[in-house]
Amino acid sequence: MNQALPTLTVKDYASDQEVRWCPGCGDYAILKTIQKLMPTFEQPKENQVFISGIGCSSRFPYYMNTFGFHTIHGRAPAVATGVKLANPELDVWVITGDGDGFSIGGNHMLHVLRRNVDLQILLFNNEIYGLTKGQYSPTSPPGTRSPSSPTGSIDLPLVPCEVAIGSGGTFIARTIDTQAKHLAAVVTRGHEHRGTSFIEILQNCPIYNDGIFNQVTDKKIAADFKVELTHGEPIVFGKERELGIRLNHVSLKLEVVDATSDDVLIHDETNKVLATLLATMKAPDLPVAVGVIYHEEKPSYVDDSQQQLISIRKAKGSMTELLHSGHTWEVE
Amino acid sequence: MELAEENLDEHHLDEKEVVDVVVRFAGDSGDGMQLTGNNFTEATALYGNDLSTFPDFPAEIRAPVGATFGVSAFQIYFGANDVTTAGDALDVLVVMNPAALITNVDNLVDGGLLIVDSGAFTAKNLTKAKYQVNPLEDGSLDRFRVLEIDITKQVLAAVAEFNLGHKIGVRSKNMWTLGLVLWLFDRDRAGTIESLKKKFASKPEIASANIAALNAGHAYGETAELPAGIHVYKVPKAKVSPGTYRNITGTNALAWGLIAGSELANIDLLFASYPITPASNLLHELVRHREFNINTFQAEDEIAAVCAAIGASFAGSLGVTSSAGPGIALKSEGIALACATELPLIVVNTQRGGPSTGLPTKTEQSDLNMALHGRHGDTPMPVIASSTPTDCFEVAIEAVRLATKYMTPVMLLSDGYLANAAEPWKIPDFSEFEPFPVEHYTKAEDFKPSIRNEETLARVWAKPGTAGLEHRIGGIERSFDTGDISYDPANHQKMTDLRQAKIAGIANDIPLQEVCLGNKTGKLAVVGWGSTFGAIHQAVKRARAEGLDVSHIHVRYLSPLPRNLEELLKSFDSVLVPEMNTGQFVRLIRSEYLIDAEALNKVAGQPFKIGDILAAIHAKITTSGSNS
Repeated sequence: MNQALPTLTVKDYASDQEVRWCPGCGDYAILKTIQKLMPTFEQPKENQVFISGIGCSSRFPYYMNTFGFHTIHGRAPAVATGVKLANPELDVWVITGDGDGFSIGGNHMLHVLRRNVDLQILLFNNEIYGLTKGQYSPTSPPGTRSPSSPTGSIDLPLVPCEVAIGSGGTFIARTIDTQAKHLAAVVTRGHEHRGTSFIEILQNCPIYNDGIFNQVTDKKIAADFKVELTHGEPIVFGKERELGIRLNHVSLKLEVVDATSDDVLIHDETNKVLATLLATMKAPDLPVAVGVIYHEEKPSYVDDSQQQLISIRKAKGSMTELLHSGHTWEVE
Repeated sequence: MELAEENLDEHHLDEKEVVDVVVRFAGDSGDGMQLTGNNFTEATALYGNDLSTFPDFPAEIRAPVGATFGVSAFQIYFGANDVTTAGDALDVLVVMNPAALITNVDNLVDGGLLIVDSGAFTAKNLTKAKYQVNPLEDGSLDRFRVLEIDITKQVLAAVAEFNLGHKIGVRSKNMWTLGLVLWLFDRDRAGTIESLKKKFASKPEIASANIAALNAGHAYGETAELPAGIHVYKVPKAKVSPGTYRNITGTNALAWGLIAGSELANIDLLFASYPITPASNLLHELVRHREFNINTFQAEDEIAAVCAAIGASFAGSLGVTSSAGPGIALKSEGIALACATELPLIVVNTQRGGPSTGLPTKTEQSDLNMALHGRHGDTPMPVIASSTPTDCFEVAIEAVRLATKYMTPVMLLSDGYLANAAEPWKIPDFSEFEPFPVEHYTKAEDFKPSIRNEETLARVWAKPGTAGLEHRIGGIERSFDTGDISYDPANHQKMTDLRQAKIAGIANDIPLQEVCLGNKTGKLAVVGWGSTFGAIHQAVKRARAEGLDVSHIHVRYLSPLPRNLEELLKSFDSVLVPEMNTGQFVRLIRSEYLIDAEALNKVAGQPFKIGDILAAIHAKITTSGSNS
């Protein structure tokens, strides 16, 4: 069937709308990578749907020449669930941010993850509210100075991937806006997954939170602050890949050891306990993990819904039969 | 106008044949009163009476035994003439404990029949009901025909052979009582026996015990020496037009109407909702009918429910969501998104007493203002209301027609009374309903999401999966010409005007307002909407029988209003608007038409009584004999 499709290119995926993110925004890089990636899925373009909430990231669908729906704040997962239930053939993508996805829309995020609806969620995490002009977000570190926290924020932040695992998510990954190759590889894995794929993209906001992820994006130092996870491979990092991660069996915490140590962990993306520990790694003690953190196969909500419908609809309903069902009586 | 109640004074249990009767079963919420009432309703329908029912239950699922706030009741009005309400005063009251007596006895007419389970009138239960002395002993019930029976004892004897033990055996009390009341009105037990067998198919001994109790109650009526003035009452069959009939609740009629609408529109329907009293039963009914092109989704919250419905509509199905007042408030941002993006959506509001949690199991019509105005921005949408349980069927079909034809959200107002009340329904011939098939747009050439039907002003419905129609929509204002984002001032004016004009234009596509009873001109029009239909209808009928020049007008289309309504109302000397709110529709009438319409309001969590409205009519026209 795929052979009958015309070969699509990045150009086919660019809409005619002028892109209106701030110059230097990490969203440009993500958009470009996704536009390049879409043709590789070899799917009819008309079956691809991008759904977003509100925020800078949520403008994304306007720039994709696919079907798109820019909905309301925080509700994209709910709208997307309805789209997918109405037409399971569609390839549904949710574009959201740290505020949209985990503040106003936190409840829907929890439920779209545990239900395992078959769709991809790209969470652009810039640890700040951009579109409303720079307030702290649920992922901002404590002490963030912003228009709504001039003396430093006192909210304790959440870790999106950790919450996603805790919510029953079945595919949890983290990647970086400007690292096109890694981003494309992770998103491709997520797209292959049948269920809800949650992909956090660390995204730089050059206006309100510039450089917040420098440690993991600056080529000079990134190797020391970031670890790329590969299923079945040792969890090692550093310029010379000289460091590794091991589990301290007494404290049940992860810690950095010499890469030659024989207890360096091998990444097992099906291990939920390990995944939770890896998701929460951060400086100064530990590197930030990127790649597929957790993956398990579970029935998807949409598949199960379809299965029930197929079984129930073996005998199609008749309105006249329904109207006459149960007790009826004749009046002469 | 001040709410006053008139006694209808037409109860006459002295006769062997009575034209109509109101019976109320009341007991603990665990006593099975709703099941009893439903079975009695089935038997009464089969007997051939017209009827109307009113289940009246507490918010508590299992309140402490014997508590007044745990009393669950089921009222049925049945008779030989057309019955459109569950009745004002009670002719027969069946009480299973003191709490049921104290909360209901005031509605029993003098001379009415009171059936009491005396076995439940223990010192403990009397205290819980706050009786200082046993009302069965202090003469306070002397004005009634009282039938005291130790039902508990009777039941245990009747089910003794099944060795179920006291706790399970005594649960058949309701069936014993039903058997007695079936005997009292000469009703057949066969339907109840069948339904018990079905209900307890996996527990045949429970089915047998219940049937034994039912038969024992019936036999008690036949054989026991009953006090004078208590005997079998014959209620003649109603003269109704020939056809096949069934009973139906408003909830089921609404669910089936949505299914019928989806069949007529030839479109898949996704019903997305979040449980809330008294709206949940709509989800329960629809999920049982996925053999049609219906799917259901129990969302994580009210907002997710409306958003999933909108997502389904975007994908080419018809999204429907449902709730009661507080839930509808949560959905309002989503509804406005459907309005802005011009996607079809049906929002069913089964209204209940408000504000806030209010009276979850009681009825009210106080969400009309929210339906008409409760959204941010200039966000018009059609609002329609069903007036009787069976009317819910047609109104639901009409909601599907309007939503899909005009690409708009539609608000459908029902209420707690309509949802739970049941009435006989002459089953319509579905082949006589005119289909209105939906056509999704498919033409890729020169496609724009802003293409619209010049007559209806409806935007095209271009669903994902259609090659060449890839496009983006969203909540940001869109260009009239291209459908792309537009912040242009003149365009926003144009789009706002367009949204208004599209909804206003629906007035040309709905029937002219008719007078449902009485003349098209005259002294007084009683104008209602929603579930007040039955009480207004009976009151106007009685007033006209007295010779008063009164007409009943009942409005289904609340926005836009029927285009002849103003002229019609202005042809009456005065207009009276009874509503179960503080006067929301009357203000609309007054402001739209500058008519000095008068309000009659009741917000007691209970439907209007016929006598409430009759009293207002009498106060309004004191002269008689002017009717044609």
